Amino acid sequence: MSGEKQDFFDNPDNIRKMLRVFYGLCAALFAADFVIHRHTEFRWEGLPGFYPIYGFVGCVVLVFAAKWMRTFLMRPEDYYDRRELADFDAADSGEPTEEDPTIYLDGGQDRG
Amino acid sequence: MVEVAPFIPFFLAAGLGLFLRGWARGLLFIAVPVLGLANLWQLGASVPGLEFGHYTILDFNLLLFKADRLSLLFGYLFHIAALLSVIYALHVRDTLQQVASMLYAGSALGAVFAGDLITLFIFWELLALTSVFLVWARRNGRAYMAGLRYFTLHILSGLLLLGGVIFYSQAHDTLAIGQIGLDGSLFENPAGWLIFLAFGIKCAFPFFHGWLIDAYPESTPTGTVFLSAFTTKVAVYGLARAFPGTELLVYIGATMACFPIFYAVIENDLRRVLAYSLINQLGFMVVGIGIGTSLAINGAVAHAFNDVIFKGLLFMSMGAVLHVTGKINGSELGGLYKKMPKTTVLCIIGAASISAFPLFSGFVSKSMVMSAAIKNGYDGVWLILLFASAGVFHHAGIKIPYFAFFAHDAKLPAREPPVNMLIAMTIAAALCLTIGIYPQALYSLLPYEMSYTPYDVTHVLTQLQLLFFSALAFVWLNLRHLYPPELPSVNLDVDWLYRRLVPDIMRAGFTRLFALDNRLRQAALSGVERLVEGIASHHRAEGVMARNWLTGSMVAGVVLLLGVYLILGWF
Repeated sequence: MSGEKQDFFDNPDNIRKMLRVFYGLCAALFAADFVIHRHTEFRWEGLPGFYPIYGFVGCVVLVFAAKWMRTFLMRPEDYYDRRELADFDAADSGEPTEEDPTIYLDGGQDRG
Repeated sequence: MVEVAPFIPFFLAAGLGLFLRGWARGLLFIAVPVLGLANLWQLGASVPGLEFGHYTILDFNLLLFKADRLSLLFGYLFHIAALLSVIYALHVRDTLQQVASMLYAGSALGAVFAGDLITLFIFWELLALTSVFLVWARRNGRAYMAGLRYFTLHILSGLLLLGGVIFYSQAHDTLAIGQIGLDGSLFENPAGWLIFLAFGIKCAFPFFHGWLIDAYPESTPTGTVFLSAFTTKVAVYGLARAFPGTELLVYIGATMACFPIFYAVIENDLRRVLAYSLINQLGFMVVGIGIGTSLAINGAVAHAFNDVIFKGLLFMSMGAVLHVTGKINGSELGGLYKKMPKTTVLCIIGAASISAFPLFSGFVSKSMVMSAAIKNGYDGVWLILLFASAGVFHHAGIKIPYFAFFAHDAKLPAREPPVNMLIAMTIAAALCLTIGIYPQALYSLLPYEMSYTPYDVTHVLTQLQLLFFSALAFVWLNLRHLYPPELPSVNLDVDWLYRRLVPDIMRAGFTRLFALDNRLRQAALSGVERLVEGIASHHRAEGVMARNWLTGSMVAGVVLLLGVYLILGWF
């Protein structure tokens, strides 16, 4: 990054500040449940913190389930192409089919 | 007043487009949806229940144009979608793609205003026929194969529809489009089930959704924007027209809303992520149609309206990324906000709309479906939809902008996309905000009269809580490095069945068949060989047929013959 203009999100301080504001908003929204009266139609809906907990737990479950699905659904990127495009000239397809499978980007952690 | 069916200008423009070039073609293609919208507005403002264009084929009285509030809403929507997509594609110099997209938009309008099932069938097939060229327009091997699969499934959908229409015509006097319903089993009501299945394929019902996630991401950056707007929404219109209140649809819709989000979390191709979230949004519409109350139907069609615009916006922003960088996989992108700030902001507006943030368009329509679900006692379905709402924010709302524009800086050479792309995205973003802030504009066009206010304290608060805490989950998982990384990969889905399993079974079957055939040939050949061998062996030297006959035995034969004559002469 040296020599380049430092952009907003390159500065870890900015991100830390933004996250702090975000956590504050989350806490305020959670607290609002105890202050604001909501009209409810579903029996669990009236519990304080139902929506925040449902949203948080739902997403965590979603991500873990999806990671688990990867263990049996994931195939190499050229899984179909190897056979289906056997007749096509590699130059004709115009898209790279071989990728280094060890490239991990942000959030990097091995799939488990 | 001249009555022009809305599809005609599009077809005429496509014909002219073959001969025009450059700015003339662009101007014509922009003018058509604008003037068409004015034409439709005038038609809609005249008499309620307007119809014209009667014609007769094989004793059937057919109707080219029939409008009511439901079809008019979709008509307006398709004009807006066509206008946005055409502006977005203005820089494209590809006659095939541009002409096909006009024909495609026209076919969708024809299908929505079709007054009878045969006219619907014709436009149904035209939709498949014209849209496949948008997939093939990418002009590479993957797009070609995906297009073939797409085309096969859509022709199958058309054939099912035709079969349904034939059964329907036997049971009914008229082919006019109306409530068909699913009463009775397949054998009691084949027309209903066949038509339902035909709509289901186009609507990407679970197990029939393979074509969508297979073909849409293989199209060109501009082609996908067209594709995402029309085909599935025509199917939603068909379901709303023919199968409102069918309870089965509630459960199909809940499944559609739920399962794609798991795939979307681990999918690498960002346009494929959007294709999955397209199915997820269709799920909300299908649930609404299945519930069938006026609020639910209104919610479903309003959500269809909003979805075309915000999903279009998201596909446009990802198309812009693909157009500029040539890459679309999350594993290769990142950090683009520095070089594409306008696209980033526009993408975030689309992401906020699809996530149903208050003041964005998704909020005012999704909450109608949710309210309808809970009012009609579908508690479990409501919980699933709530989960799906949190999930869609997770993958379409956060993942798309995050991995494309932020995340790890991939340092790709990039710049803002062409100005026409930015204009189209800006219009779409403005529409998202307008509808979100002033929903009455959309509500006044809905099929049923109703008084519904999306903005009350409960709705806004609960929705914000849901979204903020899903975002919190994303932040937490990402900071703890638990979030699944973007990997160059292919995830198996139902298309594996006809791309791998069936070909493999067929290949194994053919191998066995060839082996059997080989054995039979071998057996027959060796049989013939033995026969030839046997015959030859009699003729060879020392063979029975090759022996010399002695003169004496010849004489003995002649004597025997003469003797027989003598005896015969005696009598």
